[in-house]
Amino acid sequence: MIEIKDLHKSYQMGSNSLHVLKGINFKAEAGELVAIMGSSGSGKSTLLNILGMLDGADSGEYTLDGVPIKDLSETKAAQYRNKFLGFIFQSFNLINYKSALENVALPLYYQGVPRKERQEKALQYLERVGLKEWATHLPSELSGGQKQRVAIARAMAAEPKVLLADEPTGALDSTTSYEVMDLIQKINDEGNTILVVTHEEDIAHMCKRIVHLKDGVIVEDKKVNQVRAEQYV
Amino acid sequence: MFSRDRWREIIEVLTTNVWRTIFTAFGVCWGIFILIVLLAAGKGLENGIKKDFGDIATNTMFMWTRSTTKAYEGLPKGRSFEFKINDVQAIKDNVPNMRFVSPRNQLGGFRGGGNVVRGIRTGAYNVYGDYPEIINQDPMSVTSGRFLNYNDIREKRKVAIIGQGVKNDLYEKGEDALGTYIKIQGVNFFVIGTYKKNNSDGDGEEAQKEIYVPFTSFSQAFNRGEDVGWMAITAHDGSSISQLKENIINVMRERHKVHPEDKRAIGYFDLYEQYNRVESLFGALKGVAYIVGIMVLLSGIIGVSNIMLIVVKERTKEIGIRRALGEKPWSIKKQILMESIFLTLISGMTGIIFGSLVIYGINSLLDSVGPVDMFLNPSVSVGVVSGALTILMASGLLAGFIPANSAIRVRPIEALRTE
Repeated sequence: MIEIKDLHKSYQMGSNSLHVLKGINFKAEAGELVAIMGSSGSGKSTLLNILGMLDGADSGEYTLDGVPIKDLSETKAAQYRNKFLGFIFQSFNLINYKSALENVALPLYYQGVPRKERQEKALQYLERVGLKEWATHLPSELSGGQKQRVAIARAMAAEPKVLLADEPTGALDSTTSYEVMDLIQKINDEGNTILVVTHEEDIAHMCKRIVHLKDGVIVEDKKVNQVRAEQYV
Repeated sequence: MFSRDRWREIIEVLTTNVWRTIFTAFGVCWGIFILIVLLAAGKGLENGIKKDFGDIATNTMFMWTRSTTKAYEGLPKGRSFEFKINDVQAIKDNVPNMRFVSPRNQLGGFRGGGNVVRGIRTGAYNVYGDYPEIINQDPMSVTSGRFLNYNDIREKRKVAIIGQGVKNDLYEKGEDALGTYIKIQGVNFFVIGTYKKNNSDGDGEEAQKEIYVPFTSFSQAFNRGEDVGWMAITAHDGSSISQLKENIINVMRERHKVHPEDKRAIGYFDLYEQYNRVESLFGALKGVAYIVGIMVLLSGIIGVSNIMLIVVKERTKEIGIRRALGEKPWSIKKQILMESIFLTLISGMTGIIFGSLVIYGINSLLDSVGPVDMFLNPSVSVGVVSGALTILMASGLLAGFIPANSAIRVRPIEALRTE
């Protein structure tokens, strides 16, 4: 599903450049649930941004579902993001003047799905994350966990190939974190490919595979026995 | 373009900070208000001045004879001469595009003595010997009876059309003038009609105190023979009399043995030139109004552009999210542009409405206090309003252009990082 070869990325910080990714080789099959771990500064967010086409790599190859991702125009990148990827952010990033339903419907809107169909579909996804009754509420009226569930519904709405989660539990207490991870596991059970960036051990062990990043290189890549989040909820 | 969600978003964005929006809108509103009011004031002045020209055909010149100032072909200088009736045909034959060439003779004038008598009443009036065409050059409305016709000319009938003012002087109130006789310098004329003229300048009263009789009867009754006092010459629309003028005068010089370079022997008044001068004055006035209005408008536009930049800045993160969700840059750009155009158009229309109300107010004020000198019916045409709307549309686009570009220049990753 995802394949990257010898990926390099550096940032220009004034006069000196910071080499963040120093040759990453990585492959993820369909249906995998991968945790990307590492301390801050290890390059994990940069990697996720490149995977998410929010940022470009300096060199290396990136293939997503058989499509080479290279030299994309902004318009093309937007199109690919919409079609291939769903984002889940640490700070939820809901649009605060739109209701939960409208937030979930946004990616469908950008796809040009007609209004009625869009709302029906968005409502289905809200139901799946258990927030159907909250459809008309604004993000400011929701709790952190609820916000993240709306964000997950939004990421799912466009039926992307891969879900990218950047510290999805970073702003949540542990109970809520496990609820969110439970939801992510269930989505993965249905066959969706998910990449989770985290620095929390327990969250990482709720995935099926852990990739350790240190100083811009992968130092460890192991399969783990998944801990189900259900038992903590 | 007209998707409901887009419009909802526009309204939401503009109403999140209502006062800011209103103050921004005020700049544009004020600019267009100034533009509309200035143009209307210019139009009012123009209407007022043009009314002084009355209904006179403006593509017209008047021509008369003076004494020569140069000796020519054995004739001395200082010689006086008269136009003759067959000069009319000569002008028509030799100069193209002549619409009317009317020979005229005249009695009376400034401080003329009491030349018209009816019973025990007398009056001093201008009496013109004219051809029927004169009514097209110096329009008047015939209020009763009829104007002169060619039968009158051919048969040299002693008939007369009198002005409303003449009628008021010589007749009792309510008395019918038609079918009565008035005595002009001892000759009886049969009144066949009355007229009224529509100019408002100082001559207004004078213009109602004129008497028109057939040219031929005038010549016979007052011993003018073949002589023509002066001529009123109108060219066809599309060719200006100012250009034909030289031609006409040359024909006259030749026929009356006047030196070709004698500038003073034939006098004329070119109404068209005067009219053009006024026209170009108002053209310039309109230009000034446009420049001032657009300059004021421009500062309003800059205000809109400024606010849109701030709005974009405030929404950087939101724009980042939307791009991460797959909104195309052009769609974001369109959103910003539409917000800008919408804001400009709404505030501009408010300005137009206020401007129209003020113009309406001035009009009703003018109606209630009666006519004011040189100012009449200030107004803006539909063309000006739609022109103003086009300007607004374009300026809204212009105002939104820089903010819209800055909105999509921020890369989604940077936008998301903004907290």
